[in-house]
Amino acid sequence: MELYELTAHELIEQIAASQLSAQEATEACLARIEAVEDQVNSFVTVTPERAREQAAQADQKLAAETAPNALTGVPIGIKEVMCTKGLPSTCSSKMLENFVPPYDATAVERTQDALLPMVGKTNMDEFAMGSSTENSAFQVTRNPWNLDRVPGGSSGGSAAAVAAGEAFVALGSDTGGSIRQPAALCGIVGLKPTYGRVSRYGLIAYASSLDQIGPLTKDVTDCALVMNLISGHDPLDATSADVPVPDYTEHLTGSVDGLKAGVPTQLLGEGIDPQVRDCVQAAIDQLQNMGLECEEVRMPHIDYSLPVYYIIAPAECSSNLARFDGVRYGYRTPVETDDINELFSHTRAEGFGPEVRLRIMLGTYALSAGYYDAYYLKALKVRTLIKSDFDRAFEKYDVLLSPTSPTVAFEIGERADDPLAMKLADICTIPINLAGIPAISIPCGFAQGLPVGLQIMAGAFAEEKILQVAYAYEQANDWHKQRPAL
Amino acid sequence: MPEITPEEVAHVASLAHLALPPEELARVGHELNRILVYFQELEQLNTDDVEITSHAIAMENVYRQDSSRPSLPVEEVIANAPDSADVFFRVPRIVDK
Repeated sequence: MELYELTAHELIEQIAASQLSAQEATEACLARIEAVEDQVNSFVTVTPERAREQAAQADQKLAAETAPNALTGVPIGIKEVMCTKGLPSTCSSKMLENFVPPYDATAVERTQDALLPMVGKTNMDEFAMGSSTENSAFQVTRNPWNLDRVPGGSSGGSAAAVAAGEAFVALGSDTGGSIRQPAALCGIVGLKPTYGRVSRYGLIAYASSLDQIGPLTKDVTDCALVMNLISGHDPLDATSADVPVPDYTEHLTGSVDGLKAGVPTQLLGEGIDPQVRDCVQAAIDQLQNMGLECEEVRMPHIDYSLPVYYIIAPAECSSNLARFDGVRYGYRTPVETDDINELFSHTRAEGFGPEVRLRIMLGTYALSAGYYDAYYLKALKVRTLIKSDFDRAFEKYDVLLSPTSPTVAFEIGERADDPLAMKLADICTIPINLAGIPAISIPCGFAQGLPVGLQIMAGAFAEEKILQVAYAYEQANDWHKQRPAL
Repeated sequence: MPEITPEEVAHVASLAHLALPPEELARVGHELNRILVYFQELEQLNTDDVEITSHAIAMENVYRQDSSRPSLPVEEVIANAPDSADVFFRVPRIVDK
């Protein structure tokens, strides 16, 4: 086995046993980037010098037994949507091509204080809007399992980097599935935490009531370790939750005894590719044989999640992205004008890509006079009904199970010209963001030679239940040990 | 729900501060109408007695100490400006002489 194929926990075990250094791990990662990056295109910026410097510091701390965290020395990739001090943070947009933040996002700061060498900033759909990473202004990231296929999105660069061995772990963000769907399509583990579990300070906002930062990793143990590192209250994000953070690794027991699971019927019915459905059904059957009590549950309102999401998310986006006006940072139009409004309008039309412009337009329309009640308020009310479906389900069940994505990775270009078809990629993941609850995607098999993801959801701040069930399933299988042949 | 007209598309673009050329306005109008059809599904649901949810995880009145702390270094902030003078962002004149 190659060094870059190790999980983060295997890596730190070897470091602890003095068989390996953080610098060697970092060099292995950088060499892997050198070898495959021109095929995969995971990164917008690769930062070898920074990574080497941090790895050297990590080795010093490790040698002195003063390592600040269990993951000290583990090379990490950070999605371009998170502010990194002194390092471009572009959101894969022409609008922010030259933006160098003067501060770190809190989640990033925690990884850097813990001396996780940052190997680079990962590609994404522009401003996190998309499900294929084709909407990047800079490059198309490819799926390491099949280079003609998309890695999913919007955290496609983070997912592809981890799957390809270019980073041991990565951070992504998830507004409607942007961590879980690429994790599923790239055959890795991705967790969207409860809204408020991880600080959003320094996360460039798309839809503030839905956005959440989370880990993309090779297995469930790594996921728990990254969650231990990034979770918790942050005074700089008033919506971050002041709720105690458990040691998530303590919940990786391997047992599902005494737990009950619901399987939402609609998420395993029409609209789900039959081969994906078979894989997920087999995983559910296996969990049942392992002692997880499973039964079907009807959640009448989750069918309305997609229209609700495509009102709320663009509405919030149109408001959040109003800040990009060519004055304080980012792109400014070269059009010569004496009119400030013309300066704004040309800057924004030129700086944003087509999908971002479309969502700003959609959101502006849904919030405009005469349509606010019919669209926006209506969507907020249906959001209540969707959330109530989940509340009721979690009175009875510890977790819910579904596919993560209705299909395996699709071909590059296949849906690029059809924004509506692209949006169907998120039908299983969007309801979770609307309800604010946590959900993970873990590998559960292959269809057409491409990875399939199982989604496990739980109630607010019950990430440990998700990790417990995910770990039990993972340990009974070897999907997470499969690596793409690159 | 009625279709969004080309005039409305142009109006929304002006509200959004997007100077879109005619062919882009046409593309956006077409996509908006496709999506708006989809939104009609929500009309099937009676929501008369339903409260709104703006944030899924309920929180209220998060307080903090009203104490000062250092701001970001002005020169680092201004370094990102497309046009600046000293510690100011430079824009076209917005107040009449």
